[in-house]
Amino acid sequence: MNGLKQHYAKIIVWAILLTIPYWFTYIGGYLGLANEIVIYALAAMALNFLLGFTGVLSFGHAAFFGLGAYGTALTIKFLVPSTLVGLAVGVLTATVAGMVIGALIIKRRGVYFAMATIAFGQLFFFIANRWNSVTGGDDGVGNWHRMPINLGFTTIPLFHNSLVYYYFTLLLFALAVGAMGLLLDGPFGRSLMAIRENERRARFLGINIELHVWISFVISTAICGLAGGMLALLDNFVNPRDLRFDLSGVLVVMAVMGGMRSFWGPLLGAAIFQWLREVLSSHTPNWQTYIGIVFVLVVLFFRRGILGFKLSTVKS
Amino acid sequence: MSLLQIDHVSRHFGKLIAVNDVSLNVEPGELRAIIGPNGAGKTTFFNMISGFFPPTSGTISFDGENITKLTPEQRVARGMARTFQITEIFPELNVAGNLRIAVESAAGFRMKPWLNGAEKKLVADRIDELLTLGNLTTSAHDEVGALSHGDQRAVEIMMAMALRPKILLLDEPAAGMGDQETYDVSRLIRRVHREQKLTIMLVEHDMRVVFNLADRIMVLAEGALLAEGTPDEIAQSDVVQQAYLGKEADLGKEAA
Ligand SMILES: Nc1ncnc2c1ncn2[C@@H]1O[C@H](COP(=O)(O)OP(=O)(O)O)[C@@H](O)[C@H]1O
Ligand SMILES: [Mg+2]
Repeated sequence: MNGLKQHYAKIIVWAILLTIPYWFTYIGGYLGLANEIVIYALAAMALNFLLGFTGVLSFGHAAFFGLGAYGTALTIKFLVPSTLVGLAVGVLTATVAGMVIGALIIKRRGVYFAMATIAFGQLFFFIANRWNSVTGGDDGVGNWHRMPINLGFTTIPLFHNSLVYYYFTLLLFALAVGAMGLLLDGPFGRSLMAIRENERRARFLGINIELHVWISFVISTAICGLAGGMLALLDNFVNPRDLRFDLSGVLVVMAVMGGMRSFWGPLLGAAIFQWLREVLSSHTPNWQTYIGIVFVLVVLFFRRGILGFKLSTVKS
Repeated sequence: MSLLQIDHVSRHFGKLIAVNDVSLNVEPGELRAIIGPNGAGKTTFFNMISGFFPPTSGTISFDGENITKLTPEQRVARGMARTFQITEIFPELNVAGNLRIAVESAAGFRMKPWLNGAEKKLVADRIDELLTLGNLTTSAHDEVGALSHGDQRAVEIMMAMALRPKILLLDEPAAGMGDQETYDVSRLIRRVHREQKLTIMLVEHDMRVVFNLADRIMVLAEGALLAEGTPDEIAQSDVVQQAYLGKEADLGKEAA
């Protein structure tokens, strides 16, 4: 579509992400914040694969983020003390849940689909909170930490070196985002965009809407689970309060604010959101209100989000 | 054997009987028109044939197979394509982008993550063919939302053609068009009908289009089949005159 523009966007984004640990402190940031931005950006981009590029709104992605986080943490704490195994179990858990829930709700459309995702999101939060013996209930999952990765000839000091962990998350981010970008550039991605643009036309071109939306949903939940696992590893802790259903709303806000029709929009949205949260929450307990105001302003003045193009086109 | 065989098909919406016990055969290579006043059930009839919704009763067979319960995408796979009374395209994509989605779907690539060189070439060539067939080459890179009504319709018809259908269903292809556009779209329909020997079924309000193009005409009124025959037979049918075409003068004027 916008080949050259896309290309420049890619170069700029990667230049920033690769170098940010070395200059973020000069503008008031710190490594942990950068790392959170990368992680939430991945979750928001995963959500946006479904929202922005398939045209399907989920308000329950916190559940998959949470499953990734709990899956990773509980595996490392109780089963196998390995970062990679933990992450793999986290992603697998989120993916399987995405497959099952997706299959149950895929026939619903529009707001009914979104409502069903909220219901499942709440269900997972309820379980996490009540199933004390495993999930630690409201206390979360602590007393574990991410493990170094042993490559035989050398060891990657993921735990003791936060900078190494940052680049580890960036590598996973690159793989996941690269996979999404590749898909969106090919026929399958175009089928998804066809569904977004005009479901009726897509169906009468022979595209199986339910199957395509289901696959898109599963991809989205899998990557969201990966992001959740990465956050648990960053904190060496799972805090159920971070995974409440309002995280689902936050991910939607990030995607919409940054620009859900643009590939990198949710990354920008996540950066703005996390940065505002950082700055505002030290001054006021009502930081969410202020972020809400920013969100409303962005939506009013850039109907397609900050990185959105074509401010005028109306589509129903 | 008939390509499309419709047996005693009805569709109810609550108390309303939109289509009432209609039977019809369409032969290969035929261009069949359906006319009837607004609300006669023409679109409903098309919706049942294309699988938008199932009939309340009756059966539909296509190419010797009972397709009454198949989904739209299953019917597409068997060679059925349609356009809609209100054009259904991808307004934010350009003409080539619209055709690309249709071509890739038709080629069975719609689930593929990526294409190899040969597949890409196949798609590109087919898009070029369709651009030429639809007289759309010069607007290939224009966003379709910005095109004229007539060109949007041409894009929609070419997307349907991309599926290499055995039958093409056109619901009021000239709806809301001026004289020139109506003329252009009629010519396009005639061209795909003749050049590709394509079976076409079309609903149309504009009598010029219908009497120009159709081999046979079926008249629907209040959901029921009123008459069926060649354009001459329909033009001279007393039942049709009374029930649908109204005053003789009207038909004479519109068909001229
Ligand atoms: N999905 C639907 N639900 C309820 N009523 C419908 C539906 N589709 C069509 N109808 C009704 O069926 C009748 C026939 O409509 P339609 O097939 O659109 O007529 P035509 O295309 O000949 O103008 C109308 O009275 C219309 O209101
Ligand atoms: Mg109609």
